[in-house]
This record gives sequence, structure tokens and C-alpha cells, in this order.
Amino acid sequence: MRDTPLSNCERDFLLKAIEEKKRLDGRQTYDYRNIKITFGTDYGCCFVDLGKTRVMAQVSCELVTPKESRPNEGIMFFNLELSPMASPAFELGRSSELLVKLNRQLERCLRNSKCIDTESLCVVSGEKVWQIRVDVHMLNHDGNLMDATSIAAIAALSHFKRPDVGIQGDEVTVYSAQERDPIALSIYHMPICVSFAFFQQGTYLLVDPCEREERVMDGLLMVAMNKHREICSIQSSGGIMLLKEQVLRCSKIASVKVSEITDLIAKALENDKKARKEGRKCGFAESMPQERITALKNLETTVEMTDLTKQASDIVEGVEAPAEMALSPVVPAPGVGQVGAGLQNAWGLEDEEDDEEEEDGDEPEVTIVAEKRGNKKKGERPVVIISDSEDSEEEEVVILNPESS
Amino acid sequence: MEVCSSDGFNVTLREFGCEQCLLSRPDGSSSFIQGDTSVLAAVYGPAEVKVSKEIYDRATLEVVIQTKVGLPSVKERSQEQCVRETCEASLLSSLHPRSSLTLILQVLHDDGSLLSCFLNAACMAFMDAGLPMSCLFCGVTCAIARDGQVITDPTATQEKESRALLTFAIDSTEQKVLMSSTKGSFSVHELQECIAISQMASEKIFQFYRESVQRRYSKTL
Repeated sequence: MRDTPLSNCERDFLLKAIEEKKRLDGRQTYDYRNIKITFGTDYGCCFVDLGKTRVMAQVSCELVTPKESRPNEGIMFFNLELSPMASPAFELGRSSELLVKLNRQLERCLRNSKCIDTESLCVVSGEKVWQIRVDVHMLNHDGNLMDATSIAAIAALSHFKRPDVGIQGDEVTVYSAQERDPIALSIYHMPICVSFAFFQQGTYLLVDPCEREERVMDGLLMVAMNKHREICSIQSSGGIMLLKEQVLRCSKIASVKVSEITDLIAKALENDKKARKEGRKCGFAESMPQERITALKNLETTVEMTDLTKQASDIVEGVEAPAEMALSPVVPAPGVGQVGAGLQNAWGLEDEEDDEEEEDGDEPEVTIVAEKRGNKKKGERPVVIISDSEDSEEEEVVILNPESS
Repeated sequence: MEVCSSDGFNVTLREFGCEQCLLSRPDGSSSFIQGDTSVLAAVYGPAEVKVSKEIYDRATLEVVIQTKVGLPSVKERSQEQCVRETCEASLLSSLHPRSSLTLILQVLHDDGSLLSCFLNAACMAFMDAGLPMSCLFCGVTCAIARDGQVITDPTATQEKESRALLTFAIDSTEQKVLMSSTKGSFSVHELQECIAISQMASEKIFQFYRESVQRRYSKTL
């Protein structure tokens, strides 16, 4: 499926509006869209809504052998997927430039910034360490996937709890969630990505571009920062040339935005922790808005049925008994198994079947024994020679007969 | 989710909920929740189809199932096959020749009865997209416990402890079985019982579909 191309009048309209400092959804130049963060039922699942852009992150862990160069450090693995759900332009399995760019940026933002303490993930040095795997799925693409991804990933990592491990000598026991409380990961800082879109060769700048604005932009600057005003990564793409003052100004704007977003994540984590402590159910099911007209919920219902056993028995007795079938595979001699002995072979040319075929008779349909109960022949039938025409290109066909017992 | 007395069965369905039109890009989208199991479905179509995949007189339906963690395996492929066969039986694909219909299902949380949740979400997404269908369909999962008790809409723990797991796709017009996918061993009598139970349970689900759509269009109609 291809995405609808952007028309020239749309492009001109967007560019002209940006020149007049107007945005399609009425935001100001430095405004973010509404961010909503919810967590799933199990630890490590996070949904982020950035306006209409929706992203889901899931963190999981497993014990693996560590890398040889770093025997006492755990491994972080990031997997970002552009689901075909998010946009008609995304195709499954197709590794596009956007996918590589997003994956790389996520890795730089979270792994290279060393925001997670990987040494605490070591269980047995050189043999067993935890591999933390972060899977991010795009659910809806309405611009600025990178920001939503970085928020979802770091929120999911902060939410995640890994199973507790006990070491006794050489034995390592992994305790399930019921036996011992799982442990949270130790996170040093939360790097969050902020995207700036540039238009007209760097003259105009917009924060958090939506999908239409992304299509007409000249270049994109992604600044990853944490709330301690440390820059974790900067990436500029699109080939625009930026002045030093512009980059510094962007990083100042980013620091303001990042601190707001970090507060939002912290609040969401607090709410979730409180809800779990009170024993309330958490998850996607709970976060579904009830007041919307497009949403409906039904409580647990019973399905009443009386006379069910009688009804079922009637059906079973009413049906004819299925035909006797030989056990398959039959073993006529040790070392030889025969499947389908005594079945009616329909590979040969049968005149009755050909009447129904309109096209030039290809193979007639193979009859299945269970359905045709009347016309089965029991016992051995002569072996039909499959290909005996002179112009067959196969070598001589030799048919092996089973040894008769 | 359990039950049973000796001759009258009294089975229950978990709390279920649905939200339609929650994603802005796809032509139709829905999320279906059964207890804790939740699934997000998105439909694109009818749209352009690749020449290699086109069928001259019908629309080409493609189903993609995505799990939360890891790459899709053979199990997801077989579930895709089950969902695709059900959808092809009920969609009027001959109205859109040489087009593609793509259904994408994303697992949000798996707590049992996943295949029936896929089917329900798919049907609601098709309704949201406005695709022509000859009938609606729904999915019901039954689990037979080791003592012979039948449980509908089992949770993950109930599924693990069961001796057989049966999923049926039922159509709305005649309550016929469109697709069945079973795992485990069971007798013929138990199979017929489960089919009858699924047919009764499907009535509740179809009633829920009707109520959702009624509520959705209550402001416009």
C-alpha cells in the first residue's frame, strides 16, 4: 500500500502558514501536543499518546551469556518496529531509512548515554547476565515518532521490574513473581529526545512537528537531554545548515521541555504505583475512556443454557457414524510403514470426476475418505502407474512395493 | 468464568469492552478487551494492491498479527490463517476486485482466549471501516478442564490447566461455525457441547456489537 502523496497546494499552504507563524492545529511554535502516558497490566508495558501519535513499548528480560569484551555488564537490546498499522506507507519486513534512523537514535539515546546501570544486571560474571530487551511498536503515525518512542522507552524501563535471583555457590535460582518481589532496574537519568523541524533553509523552526509538517520540512534536529541539562545526543538530518546560535537556542528550549516531560513521566509512574498498591486493576483495559461514544463496556455476563447436554447428545446421535478407517500408519513389516492403505486412489484418470472439470483436465480432486462414505473400496487395489507417456522428461519411474508380510 | 451444574450449564463470559475509531491513520480501527486480554485491530482498505498479489475478481485480504515481544513465529502465522479464513468467508470481497484489504492485529496483553479476541476485534474494525460484509462474526473460546467441566473465555492460567482448548468463529445470521481451531483431546460429545455453548455465548457478543454501534451512531441517526 502506498501513502497518498502530498499535493502541491497542501505544501504551499503549510509553508505559507508557517511563515506567518501559524500551525495547522493552532499550537504556538514551541508548544508540544498533549502527552498521555499509561501503563499496561504487566511491568514494563507503556503506552504513550503524543497528540494522535501512539506508541507502545514493552520491556522484557532473559538470562544470557555476556559479551566477551564486557563480562560483568548486562546487555541492552532495542527493537523498534514500524507496524503497518501506523501508516499505510510502512510495510512489514521492509527495512526503510526511517526505521534505521529511529533505531539508531534510540540506541544512542539510551544505550550510549549509560542511563541504565548495566553492571547491576550481572548475575555470574562471565557466564550469566540479564539481557534487557525493549520492543517499541508504532501504533499510529501522526508525526514525531522519535520523541514518543524515547518517552515510551524510558517510561517502560522505569516501570519494569526484573525477577529476583538467588546465587548459592554455582547454582543460580530465578524466583518467580509470586515467590519473591521483582526488582526495579537502576536508572541513573532519563534521556528524552526533543525534535525540531526546520523550514525554508533554517529560517523557521517548529517543535514537535505533526505528520503534515514533517512532510514539508527541510531538516530535523533531534536533541536528547536529561533533566540535569546534560545533552545525551544531537542529530541533525536533512542537510540543512544551522548556525551555532540556532543549535544553542534549540538546546535551551529542549531543556525546558525535557524537564516538563520528565515531571509528567514521574507523575504517571507515581499514579501507577499508587494504583497497584491499592490493589486496583491497571492496564489498557482500565485506561479505556468510558465516556466516549465510541467506547462501550459490558460487565461479566452469564450465558444460560438448559437442555444443553440433551441437545448435544441429540446432535451426536443424529449424525451417521463415521466410516471405519484403517489405523495409519499401518506396519506390514518391520521397518516399513504404509499410510493410506486401502484408500481410493484418485490420482488416476477417473471419468466421472472429469465431467465436472471445465478446464483442460488437470489433476482431479483427491477424494477424502471421511466424507464419501458410500464408495470406498477396501483391500488392495492395483497400483496405478503415474507417468508412462513417452514424452515425459523424467527418468524411468520405479515404484517400490511394500514387502508383503 | 466457570460453572457447571450437572445438566444445566451456566457459563460466564468475562467483562468485555470495545473502542472504535481510536487511531487516526487506518481506515478502521478498534480495540477489544476481554477481561485482561486486549487486542488492537486496524484495517486499511480497499486500497492499491501489488500486481503480484492481485486477484482479478476479488479483494486480496492480508492479515498480520504482531506480538509484543520478539519476531512472529509459526504460531502467529497459523493464527493469521485462521483469522483470514473467517474474514474471507464473511467479507463481500467480490465488490472490490483488484484491491487490497489489510488487517493488522496487535497484541496489547495476553491473558487467555487470544484467538477469539482477535476475531472480535477484527469484526469491529471491519465495521468501523465500513467494509461490506455478508454477516458479522465473533470468536468464542472454550476450555475443557481435566474433570470435564467446560469453561468459556478462559484466562491464561485456566488455559494452561485445561486438557483441551477449542476456539470457534460463529456467524451472526445462522449461528454456524465458520472456523474452528482446537488443541488437546476431547470426545465427539464434548465437541458438540462446546459448539452449542459457543453458539449461545455468541448471541451475547452480537448483542454487544449491536449496542456499541447503536451508541456510536446515536448522535447522528
